[in-house]
Amino acid sequence: MTGNLGINGDSAVALAWKQVDPDVCAAYPITPQTIIVERFSDYVADGEVETEFVCTESEHSAMTVCIASASAGARTVTATASAGLAYMWETLGIASGLRVPLTMTVANRALSGPLNIHCDHSDVMAARDLGWIIMFAENVQEAYDNAIMAMRIAEHPDVQLPVMTNLDGFILTHAIERMTPLDSHTVKDFVGEYKPLYPLLDVKNPVTHGVMDLQDSYFEHRYQVNQAMKASANVIEQVFKEFGKISGRHYDMIETYMCDDADYVTLTIGSTAGTMKAAVDELRAEGHKVGAVKLKVMRPFPAQKLRDVMAGKKCVAVMDRHLIVGVSGPVFLEVAADLMDLPDCPKLVNYVYGLGGRDVMVEDLKQVYMNMMNDKQDKVNYLGVKL
Amino acid sequence: MNIEIVWHGRGGQGVVTANEILAETAISEGKYVKAFPEFGPERMGAPIRAFTRISSKPVQVHSQVYHPDIVVVLDPTLIGKVDVLNGLKEDGFLLANYPGTPEELKKSLKTEMKVHTVNATKISMEEIGRPVANTAILGALTKISPLVSYEALQDQISTKFQGKLPEKAIVKNIVALERAHKEVL
Repeated sequence: MTGNLGINGDSAVALAWKQVDPDVCAAYPITPQTIIVERFSDYVADGEVETEFVCTESEHSAMTVCIASASAGARTVTATASAGLAYMWETLGIASGLRVPLTMTVANRALSGPLNIHCDHSDVMAARDLGWIIMFAENVQEAYDNAIMAMRIAEHPDVQLPVMTNLDGFILTHAIERMTPLDSHTVKDFVGEYKPLYPLLDVKNPVTHGVMDLQDSYFEHRYQVNQAMKASANVIEQVFKEFGKISGRHYDMIETYMCDDADYVTLTIGSTAGTMKAAVDELRAEGHKVGAVKLKVMRPFPAQKLRDVMAGKKCVAVMDRHLIVGVSGPVFLEVAADLMDLPDCPKLVNYVYGLGGRDVMVEDLKQVYMNMMNDKQDKVNYLGVKL
Repeated sequence: MNIEIVWHGRGGQGVVTANEILAETAISEGKYVKAFPEFGPERMGAPIRAFTRISSKPVQVHSQVYHPDIVVVLDPTLIGKVDVLNGLKEDGFLLANYPGTPEELKKSLKTEMKVHTVNATKISMEEIGRPVANTAILGALTKISPLVSYEALQDQISTKFQGKLPEKAIVKNIVALERAHKEVL
């Protein structure tokens, strides 16, 4: 397959899976992830992939099947959103703790209530501490690319961790954008034949997964998860580099835009990082020294990269599409902890925005920079809330 | 080129499909797009909106469209009920599926903005046999704006409906497209 497609984010992820042809997919449909599962089950029904598709009765079961099949040695994928991710919650730590390299796409949606089906990051942020590698997409192209790269990252011997690739619900899942797929042969070559390290089904080398792990060894295993997460940074960079060679699309754990001489910088996740660049363009045209950083990979947290970019700036606004009730946005806390011992630490402020799909316009984002320049803001601000 | 469009229609009239076809046609011509409907509690007959950005450069803005270059109204009964001119740029225009002339529509909307009309419902009833005006309105749109070429649009409609609609129905849609392309005022 070559040329450009007009395709929505969910269909693009399903296409990536089709080209990979994973061994197992266990999933339960939930808005706005539904199209992924629908399209992929079409591919299964039409015989275009050999994947064993397991229709589970819930997300909890879906993740349990995924952990089991990945432990058995199968390349395994799934997808969910919002309440579905919450329903998986207790099994997410099992996936990382058992070191199963499965991949999951999350179509980010508010974790109700009141009932809301639209985009924010309350689903993924509530799952951020469970040992998964976490990546985000700015656009449909990235959602497709991430789904492919995630497998290489998860399955690397130095990593052996589950990877979650996120895309903004509706804003990306249901919007048609121009996307350039790789041809299926290239995708298959890139992910390669899956060789699991310790599969349950290798009866000549028997292993056990998921046994009791008490006071004498549990701490060491969680420590090892932490070490693997740290080691994954190098692997991610290597995979990004290799992917750049075959696709011409070059990624980094963070992306900087007009930051070199900027005094005022924002840090953003997901589709808003695109809109933010448009805000920077308009302000630059008016002569303002502003820049934008996109956080593409949140786990592992690219602490040193952020320090290198943020050091010496006058002010940094961290944009959070989730609110830790009673505190602030979560990314703000992580950035603040990261930068606090810099000798020239910038002033740090937080903007919580876009909850439940509240639209965010270029004008809103320009206002964030204007507030920074005029220093007319609180430590934690609520952008676009009607008061 | 950087054109932003707001669509107004009612659930079930094919606004989403028209938007998709336009987006796919633009991509086939090498342009970049962002096309999406407004997802609310939509149901048959309820007013809905959709948005398109077509650009010669990658589209970075992911928000809804607030200052359109073009407004397309697929259902004449929305005129006067929905503020269809909201945010329309001064040098932009409105294209409506409307039985009267542009002058009559301007009077009805109390506006001096540039307005085009085409009786897409009548064309669709006569050519397709159903009041589904979405292909007709696309024909009209390509006459008054160089967004995409008429030929590429025709190809895209044929490709998109191949295998989904009977061959006869595809031909009828193309005829409706052609008529609206000629009859738009």
